[in-house]
Amino acid sequence: MTAMLEVADLGHTYQAKDGAHTAIADLSFTVGTGELVCVVGPSGCGKSTLLRTISGLIRPTRGEISLHGNEVRGVPDDLAVVFQDYSRSLFPWLTVQKNVEFPLRRSLGRAARRTRAAEALEWVGLAEAGRKYPWQLSGGMQQRVAIARALAYRPALLLMDEPFASVDAQTRFELEDLLLKVRTEQDTTVLVVTHDIDESVYLGDRILVLSTSPASVVADLKVDLPAQRDQITTRESEAFVALRGEVARLLNVGKTSEEVRARRKANEQQAAKWAEAERAEASRAEAEERAGTT
Amino acid sequence: MNRFLQRWAVFAGLVVVWELLTWYADDPFFPRPTEIAVAAQGLWFSGPAGDLFLTDTVFDHVFPSVGRLFGGWAIAAVIGISLGVALGRSPAAAEYVGPLLTFMRSIPPPLLVPVFMLVFSVGTTMQLATIVFGVLWPILLNSIDGARSVDATKFETSAVFRIPKPQWILGVVLPSAAPKIFAGLRVSLSLSLVLMVVSELVGTDNGIGSQLLVAQREFDFPDMWAGIILLGALGYALNTVLLAFERKALAWQPKQERTPATVEEKAV
Repeated sequence: MTAMLEVADLGHTYQAKDGAHTAIADLSFTVGTGELVCVVGPSGCGKSTLLRTISGLIRPTRGEISLHGNEVRGVPDDLAVVFQDYSRSLFPWLTVQKNVEFPLRRSLGRAARRTRAAEALEWVGLAEAGRKYPWQLSGGMQQRVAIARALAYRPALLLMDEPFASVDAQTRFELEDLLLKVRTEQDTTVLVVTHDIDESVYLGDRILVLSTSPASVVADLKVDLPAQRDQITTRESEAFVALRGEVARLLNVGKTSEEVRARRKANEQQAAKWAEAERAEASRAEAEERAGTT
Repeated sequence: MNRFLQRWAVFAGLVVVWELLTWYADDPFFPRPTEIAVAAQGLWFSGPAGDLFLTDTVFDHVFPSVGRLFGGWAIAAVIGISLGVALGRSPAAAEYVGPLLTFMRSIPPPLLVPVFMLVFSVGTTMQLATIVFGVLWPILLNSIDGARSVDATKFETSAVFRIPKPQWILGVVLPSAAPKIFAGLRVSLSLSLVLMVVSELVGTDNGIGSQLLVAQREFDFPDMWAGIILLGALGYALNTVLLAFERKALAWQPKQERTPATVEEKAV
């Protein structure tokens, strides 16, 4: 299997007046073409920094990222992201169809855009909803629109940032199965960032377990489950239960010793403090990028 | 029909009360509404049938006034929206010009009429300048505020999909800012009416404002009152038209978010 995404010795440190914060220490992994890899880690461990470096929104301070062999400098041409907050990532002034077409305007003519968007909406089961506005749909349907938008873009790599964290449990199951279905049908390479252990086991071909901040890869686990998964039987299977236990142990879940709790709390405070720096850096890098290209 | 009655009953009632009071008082300064209506008819609606019964006064004074009002407002809208969006998306630039904007918008525009008279000499240019300078601020400040408030997720979404700059400005920033921009446009439109009149009070004999002044100087009070009522009706009509346009332009907004948006000017 050839590697679609290669991350080598990645590290990122935010600089500010009152000190520096290392979000990512030393990360190396690859994602093969057609693979679905889940990145799971404790909250505030640098997952969003990782996502932003891969998507080219921020330039890492150390290490290298390459997408199908090309080093990532700035946002790659063929990369799509599905964000957690669908209500904000979709454009409320555009219909569902126009939302899906929006990123295609750069490269495709009107007719081609329309067919591609319609096709993608059909993949996610929303062929009938094209003329509605996003806010007329349920949360789960809105996230499907976001997935359709990403798929219509034909990305070499589809990044998903906690994609199902904002929907109810029932809808989450549906969306997980939808993702598995479309990624097989469309042969998409997917990297899902999540904090949900069960979800990472259910979705992934592989799971990357990250340490607390600064993030590094604690374990790279292969998911030994049949490709065809089922919300009930898969979750009952021994392999599933064993694997979710292993991931949970790696993440220190449920350990409530004073020490672990204190470390976790400190970690979360750090994360909150540096979330702002992260966003600022992302928009700065983006502004430079735009200034360079236009 | 019922709603229509409800909306206008109080208005009609007050006109009747006004009629009775002025009839009772019999004061030349306060003509009866019916007298005002007759004066208005004589002033504006007694023209030839070929001109839709509009008189020369309408063509010589009312239309030019309304033209200047729209012209000034439109120029202010173009400058305000484009400058506002630019400043709103550039924190550094906004920082630099912030104090200047706050200073300039604090100057009461009528005070600038004499200045503009010197700079542009008396006439349409000076009147337009007065209107533009006076109504620019609500549009500009609302546009800055609106452009600034594009949320981070939309920004990152656009960045990740490599949305080109023109598409980003026209397709994301402007629609995001549109509700606030419209609020600014509405405040400015009613201000335009005020400044149109103000700009016609000195150094000109053209326009609704100057006609009003002439009528007042000649003790022609029904005509003066007719002018005042014309301005009120004009303001009402303009606001209604803009509101209808705004509803159409912002039809995409979820119903619960559709507020009677009158965002007050915010400091930069």
